[in-house]
Amino acid sequence: MRDELKPYFRENRLPHIWCPGCGHGIIMGALARAMAKMDIDKKNTAVISGIGCSSRATGYLDFDTLHTAHGRALAFATGYKMVKPESKVIVLTGDGDCTAIGGNHLIHVARRNIDLTTIVFNNNIYGMTGGQYSPLTPNGSKATTSPYGNLERNFDLVQLAKGAGATFIARSTVYHVNQLTDLIIKGINHKGFSLIEVVTQCPTNYGRKNKMGSPAQMMLWQKEHAVTKAQADKMTAEELKDKFIVGLLHQEEAPEYTEQYAKMVANLMGGDDK
Amino acid sequence: MVIIDQKLCKGCGICVSLCPKQALALNEVNKSYYAHPDVCIHCGMCELWCPDYAIIVERESKE
Ligand SMILES: Cc1ncc(C[n+]2csc(CCOP(=O)(O)OP(=O)(O)O)c2C)c(N)n1
Ligand code: SF4
Repeated sequence: MRDELKPYFRENRLPHIWCPGCGHGIIMGALARAMAKMDIDKKNTAVISGIGCSSRATGYLDFDTLHTAHGRALAFATGYKMVKPESKVIVLTGDGDCTAIGGNHLIHVARRNIDLTTIVFNNNIYGMTGGQYSPLTPNGSKATTSPYGNLERNFDLVQLAKGAGATFIARSTVYHVNQLTDLIIKGINHKGFSLIEVVTQCPTNYGRKNKMGSPAQMMLWQKEHAVTKAQADKMTAEELKDKFIVGLLHQEEAPEYTEQYAKMVANLMGGDDK
Repeated sequence: MVIIDQKLCKGCGICVSLCPKQALALNEVNKSYYAHPDVCIHCGMCELWCPDYAIIVERESKE
C-alpha cells in the first residue's frame, strides 16, 4: 500500500476478509484516496456501517468507527451527527442493508436532509449470507432465493432517494474508480444528505450464479452497461432497458437538519450570545 | 515500475485482465507479477483497481 493511504487504514487488520476479486475493496480504496486527496481531518470524521460483507469496511478504516446492527447504520449515524454536528460522518452500507431492512431509515434521513455521506455498495445480492436476492437484484437474475430468476421488478435507488428528498445523489461503479473517488469527495463536501450508489461485484454469490465470468469480466459488464446522463438523454427506452446512469445525478441546496436544530436551541436559550 | 506485494495479492486477476497493455501476469502460485515492464505505460489503473492494495505504480522510474 502507498504510504499516503496508510494513515487511513488499520494496517494490522489487512489483508481484509473479502473474497478474491470482490469489488468492495476497490470502493474502500477509493474512499481512502478521496480522504487523502481532501486531507480529511481524521479526528473529526466518523465511519459507520451496518451488517454485511460491505459493512465490514469499518473494521479496516482507522477512524472513529461504528459497526452497528443490520440496516441501522443510518440511525446510529443520525445519533452521532446530532451529538457531534461538527464532524463529517460517512456511512458504508450494502444494497440489502440500505434498501431492504434499512430502507425506512434511508427515507427519513434523506427527508430530514441530515449531513451524512452514504456510500451504498451495490453488488445486487446479500453477499454475506450466501446470495439471497435483495431489492436491487435485477428482474430475472438468479439468487439462492430466486433459483428460477427474480420475479420482482427492478428498483431504482436513485429515484427513491430523490423522492425522499436527498440533496446529493450520484452513481458510479468500481470500474469507473476515478469518477467514484471524485464523487466521494463531492459527496463529503456537500452539506446535506448525500447518497452515492456504487455498482460493485460479488463474484462469489452473484457472478457465479448468473454466469458473469471472472471479477474482471464483471467489471467489464459495468463498463458496458453504464451510461452518462447526456448519453441516456439521446437513447430510446428500449436501448436504456439494461443500462444504468452514472455520474452526479442530482444536487440541490436545502436546510440541513442539525444546523436547524442548533439554531432552534440557540433561539430557545435566548440568542447566540448565551 | 510496478511493485506488487505478494503477501496482499489474492490472485483475483483483475489487474492482469484489465491492464490496457497486458503488462501483468499471474505466476505459478497464482499471484500477479510485473511480467512485461517494456509495454507498461504507467497509467496507474492496476493500482486503483486492486481490491487488496497490493500494487504501487511508480511513474518516474521508467528508464
Ligand atoms: C436483524 C438481522 N437480520 C438478518 C441478518 C443476516 N444478515 C447478515 S448480512 C445480511 C445481508 C447483507 O447484504 P448486503 O447488505 O447487500 O451486503 P453484502 O454482504 O452483499 O455486502 C443479512 C440478511 C442480520 N445480521 N441481522
Ligand atoms: S461473498 Fe461476495 S460480497 Fe462477500 S466478500 Fe465474497 S465476493 Fe465480496
